[in-house]
Amino acid sequence: MELTGAEIAIRCLQEEGVEYVFGYPGGAVLFIYDALFNQEQVKHILVRHEQAAVHAADGYSRSTDKVGVALVTSGPGVTNAVTGIATAYMDSIPMVVISGQVPTSYIGEDAFQEVDTVGITRPCVKHNFLVKDVKDLAVTLKKAFYLAKSGRPGPVLVDIPKDVSNQKVEFSYPSTVNIRSYNPAKHGDVGQIKRAAQLLIEAKRPMIYAGGGVVLADAAKQLTELVRLLGAPCTNTLMGLGGYPSTDKQFVGMLGMHGTYEANMAMQNCDVLLAVGARFDDRVIGNVAHFGSVPRKIIHVDIDPATISKRVKVDVPIVGEVGHVLGDLLAVLHSSKQKPDAVTLQSWWKQIEEWRSRNSLAYKNSIELVKPQFVIEKLYEITHGEAFVTSDVGQHQMWAAQYYKFDKPRRWINSGGLGTMGFGLPAAMGVQLAHPDATVACVTGEGSIQMNIQELSTCKQFRLPIKVIALNNRYLGMVRQWQEFFHGNRYSESYMDALPDFVKLAEAYGHIGIRVDKPSDVEGALREALERKNDLVFLDFQTDPTENVFPMVPGGKGLSEVILAEDL
Amino acid sequence: MRHIISLLMENEAGALSRVAGLFSARGYNIESLTVATTEDLTMSRMTIVTSGSDEVIEQIMKQLNKLIEVVAVVDLTDGEHLERELMLVKVIAKGDEREELKRIADIFRGRIVDVSDKTYTIELTGTGSKLDSFLNAIDRGLILETVRTGSSGIGRGDRILKL
Repeated sequence: MELTGAEIAIRCLQEEGVEYVFGYPGGAVLFIYDALFNQEQVKHILVRHEQAAVHAADGYSRSTDKVGVALVTSGPGVTNAVTGIATAYMDSIPMVVISGQVPTSYIGEDAFQEVDTVGITRPCVKHNFLVKDVKDLAVTLKKAFYLAKSGRPGPVLVDIPKDVSNQKVEFSYPSTVNIRSYNPAKHGDVGQIKRAAQLLIEAKRPMIYAGGGVVLADAAKQLTELVRLLGAPCTNTLMGLGGYPSTDKQFVGMLGMHGTYEANMAMQNCDVLLAVGARFDDRVIGNVAHFGSVPRKIIHVDIDPATISKRVKVDVPIVGEVGHVLGDLLAVLHSSKQKPDAVTLQSWWKQIEEWRSRNSLAYKNSIELVKPQFVIEKLYEITHGEAFVTSDVGQHQMWAAQYYKFDKPRRWINSGGLGTMGFGLPAAMGVQLAHPDATVACVTGEGSIQMNIQELSTCKQFRLPIKVIALNNRYLGMVRQWQEFFHGNRYSESYMDALPDFVKLAEAYGHIGIRVDKPSDVEGALREALERKNDLVFLDFQTDPTENVFPMVPGGKGLSEVILAEDL
Repeated sequence: MRHIISLLMENEAGALSRVAGLFSARGYNIESLTVATTEDLTMSRMTIVTSGSDEVIEQIMKQLNKLIEVVAVVDLTDGEHLERELMLVKVIAKGDEREELKRIADIFRGRIVDVSDKTYTIELTGTGSKLDSFLNAIDRGLILETVRTGSSGIGRGDRILKL
């Protein structure tokens, strides 16, 4: 049967089993919205800003294992979406973004709402396409979904000119697609896996450092089995939280700039380091030269060969799907007659426990001021660690990562690589749609929430009962913290003056707002919010404005050059 | 160190800008870049001359490989290879200089491909350094225009880059 390009686009989404499309209509996508109108299978979530559409698709994807889909119009629709696309790209989130474009005959003429979409998005997508002929549309969309999900995942954009969406052609959707120039690795090299196993067995001070790749590859089970088998300590990156159960005794906490003392010290002092689905980025290992100053053997497992030896030279590179490689590594270890030496491991653990006893996440609670850490601890307690937690970017993000203990993957949803303020609320919308009965908490600050606060309207329209946990310290807290430490207490533009009354604002959008300014009210307010199963509740916690995030490895310093709260 | 990277990529609109964009985005050097289709019209062959430490070159190779439209990449500098560049030079050729320029062009196995009463246009091929030497051998003041294609490279003998 002959279908229009617009109908084909929607049919392709149906074929891919897409449940939700997050988008915003406009001139260049009118035919596609018309095709959307005529069916019920693919549900459209109308956001209030295109950035939010992409973040929502992103949150949906991160909390499931599906490809998120966003639909935006040409020109400003696309440029608004760019921040969301770059966010997804940095964190390797599988996503397909469909954008409208001016008609093919207008391209290059500076037409109304024309922008070089493929050019603008090129550096922040895994791949992008401009479909100039309706005959290519179905296969291009098939390729887009395949590319987004396979190998190292990422966002793929398909730009569809308006005339293409209105031309007719016979529709058939390919069941598979082959791209001759694209063959991502699956299994790791057997020899390298054996070498890795041997190193791990013989290690005196083994350490396992796992990142977002474990979560993306759904390999938490294999990782957990491996860590237990080896008896080694395990740390997660900000992106990897939940990839290993945080409440397990072998877990030494998150590492990096605001990681625990024990995680960073173990990272620095281990003799064999197994890095899995992680990329040694600057916020994780600090100063490269300092990190490299101690001799240790490094095994690096990653799907992306370009990630290996990019910042840190490794001894055993293994390119492959994390789940497959860990599975093969486990098989080798199981069949090996040798076992890690229990006595050696014991003395390593003794050292780690000594570091752990510094209790680097300890903070002084107060009966007068609401401490942000206390709010997160209570949130964890009351939700039994079962909530999906999204966050924005800043101090609140670090506290959420430090004090909410994630035992399961895909529960912690944050913008790790790009550090996008305004991510939390729209991401929570995607998460809540994917998990309608789950508790979804958006931990945010008064700065970040205002970067996409218009989405409270979307939440009302689609009845998304998100719990907004705003840690309101009247400062751009992380900026203020750096200014306090490194810029002589000159708080240049980091004070949030003229803040709205968030309670009234929430009410204006048709939600419930609660202000909390006493520590004794924290628990009650959280409980009340969680009991309101069908309502979005905006909790405005007036927190201690002077609180800082500790531990802290200052930018450019090494992992052991850490500032602890007790030092000050 | 100087490296000559050869790659095969899908002959599609925008493919060149993906490569060029990669180099500028990640701060890699491009000394020259040449591209044209091959005998298989669905594919283009590109030669990039770049420089960097071993680590940087390793990253360049990996990042190029990661581009979806790149079919194959090889660092020609890893083994025996040929490198050629074409140059067209237009020079002032009057009086005694006419004979002298012809003589130097012959020494460099150049050919005069266009003549007017005041100018010669000389065509030369060779490695980049040979072309440099030619430019150094003639009086700089005589040069009106130079056009260079940038290097193209190919492996020697059995070193073949093909799908």
